[in-house]
Amino acid sequence: MSRFGKAVDSTIGWIDARFPLIKMWNDHLAQYYAPKNFNFWYYFGSLALLVLVLQFLTGIWLTMNYKPSAENAFASVEYIMRDVEWGWLIRYMHSTGASAFFIVVYLHMFRAMLYGSYKKPRELIWILGMFIYLCLMAEAFFGYLLPWGQMSYWGAQVIISLFGAIPFIGEELTLWIRGDFNVSDITLNRFFALHVIALPLLLVGLVFLHIIALHEVGSNNPDGVEIKNKKDANGVPLDGIRFHPYYTVKDMVGMVVFLILFAMVVFFAPEMGGYFLEHANFEPADPLKTPEHIAPVWYFTPFYAILRAVPDKLFGVLAMGAAVMLFFALPWLDKSPVKSIRYRGWKYRGALTAFAISFVALGWLGLQAATPTYTWLARFFAVVYFGFFLLMPFYTRNDNDKTVPERVTDR
Amino acid sequence: MICSMLRSISAVSLLLLAGIASAASDGPIYHVDVDMDDEASLQRGARLFVNYCMGCHSAKFMRYNRMAEDLGIPETVLEDNLMFGTDKVGETMQTAMPAEQAEEWFGVAPPDLTLTARSRGADWIYSYLMTFYRDPASSTGFNNLQFPDASMPHVLAELQGIKAPVYEDGDDEHIAGLETVVEGSMSDDEYARAMRDLVNFMAYISEPAQMQRYQIGFWVIFYLLILLGVVYALKRNFWRDIH
Repeated sequence: MSRFGKAVDSTIGWIDARFPLIKMWNDHLAQYYAPKNFNFWYYFGSLALLVLVLQFLTGIWLTMNYKPSAENAFASVEYIMRDVEWGWLIRYMHSTGASAFFIVVYLHMFRAMLYGSYKKPRELIWILGMFIYLCLMAEAFFGYLLPWGQMSYWGAQVIISLFGAIPFIGEELTLWIRGDFNVSDITLNRFFALHVIALPLLLVGLVFLHIIALHEVGSNNPDGVEIKNKKDANGVPLDGIRFHPYYTVKDMVGMVVFLILFAMVVFFAPEMGGYFLEHANFEPADPLKTPEHIAPVWYFTPFYAILRAVPDKLFGVLAMGAAVMLFFALPWLDKSPVKSIRYRGWKYRGALTAFAISFVALGWLGLQAATPTYTWLARFFAVVYFGFFLLMPFYTRNDNDKTVPERVTDR
Repeated sequence: MICSMLRSISAVSLLLLAGIASAASDGPIYHVDVDMDDEASLQRGARLFVNYCMGCHSAKFMRYNRMAEDLGIPETVLEDNLMFGTDKVGETMQTAMPAEQAEEWFGVAPPDLTLTARSRGADWIYSYLMTFYRDPASSTGFNNLQFPDASMPHVLAELQGIKAPVYEDGDDEHIAGLETVVEGSMSDDEYARAMRDLVNFMAYISEPAQMQRYQIGFWVIFYLLILLGVVYALKRNFWRDIH
């Protein structure tokens, strides 16, 4: 062994005598056995982690030049776009990263619904994941106010006013959130604090718990087969392969493909036609001028469409909240003994398809100005959306599920 | 494997793009092609902007020397022909008109124009500049098809001339078109080209980074494609023994 190799070995030995370095490496990477049959849908967990890191790095550098005050916020963003070295790139990476985060997380969640990854024994992973999703929504909402454009301002105004629908405490609550009678400098300042400190801290903690919980029970797979049920003489799952190097090299391929698509948006279409960066947000916030059409960014629009579909404000807010919260109950609403869609009957397959269509349709409708036709369409899709969850105990109980194989079927 | 992955990804991005086809209800009347490679057009646009817009409007986030550098304008030309309010090339493009007085004169302060091409869009500005028409009922004597009851006077009338509305038959509400009643110093084609230059320039100042964005993007993606080949070969090599 070379002298350098010896030095590295002795350093690791020194650390390992004081900290479980090798143990952690083995537990979570080199001897963490993942099913060998992961498919396309299994890239999005590691991609979410990649986007999280990108958001952290770009966010830190944006914070170095951003000024969180009503007076200077808008101008400081333009300063970043024009006068800061590579500022435009950092800003576009951060703004594109926000949308990319939701795309990746929605696909990651859909994967869990395809293959029953939320089912026993992975309920807690799912719940922790849902908390991450809630945090992410809050993080995106607080961050969206910071450029202090017209949409930032009025979007925040509208969303905060929703809390006013809560009986008795509503008005007081909105005042407490804003710290003022309108969205103002004070609101911007506290949203900045929440966006750059409170929620990122919470996110990292939750992501840590999500991964620890996952590594405790092991990953699900497209067949929904528990690989731990069939082990070899050494206690290694027969259908398991070590995460490192097999999935580290495989996820690298997914990451590079993701980065190519990401770079296409960042460099060639950072506004994404007004859907990642809304046109109206290039106008500074003006408390005296309400924009004609206020729509949240695309990742909130399925829930916004549900809110608008309900004629009563309080019930609209409750329906919107329920639309998000029902995901938490998924592990207990699903009564099927089968995890993967591959072996589920036509009822769940049909229900999941209808749900996916209604989610996308509601997302589209939430972006449009509400016409009577669109409102009725939104009501129809909202019923489908809630039907998927609320009828699940009935249609999953006696679905004509197929026999699940003993071992995973393909690689 | 990689093929099916790319296919799934493109299906996902199509899903995403499906929502992006919708347009605003009262969209721009005309379309204009902006071209950041047309340096001559951008330079002509800069001159028009300084001469006709900056009397009242600022581009308060745009620096003179950045403009000169990006548009290939020598510093002497910049100082002699394009800077009126200041003699410092590092300054931003501010109008000499005080905002309070402007508000008094026009009812609203003339908006800053740095980002108008991003908030309203190039097509909207072009349509606005093309469709001023005579309207004795308005306080400025002019109205606009793209932006009815705009409080801006037709400062480009000496170039375009004056247009009057032509109404649909038996109807004095719906304007079918505009006709020239007073000739300007430019023909209709020349004016259209000048407005295209001006809009091109406004599209540039709304995001100077776009001059570098495309070129760098090309190289970044080129590098990532090579990296994709490397990591894919690495993955195949490692996965050979997995069956």
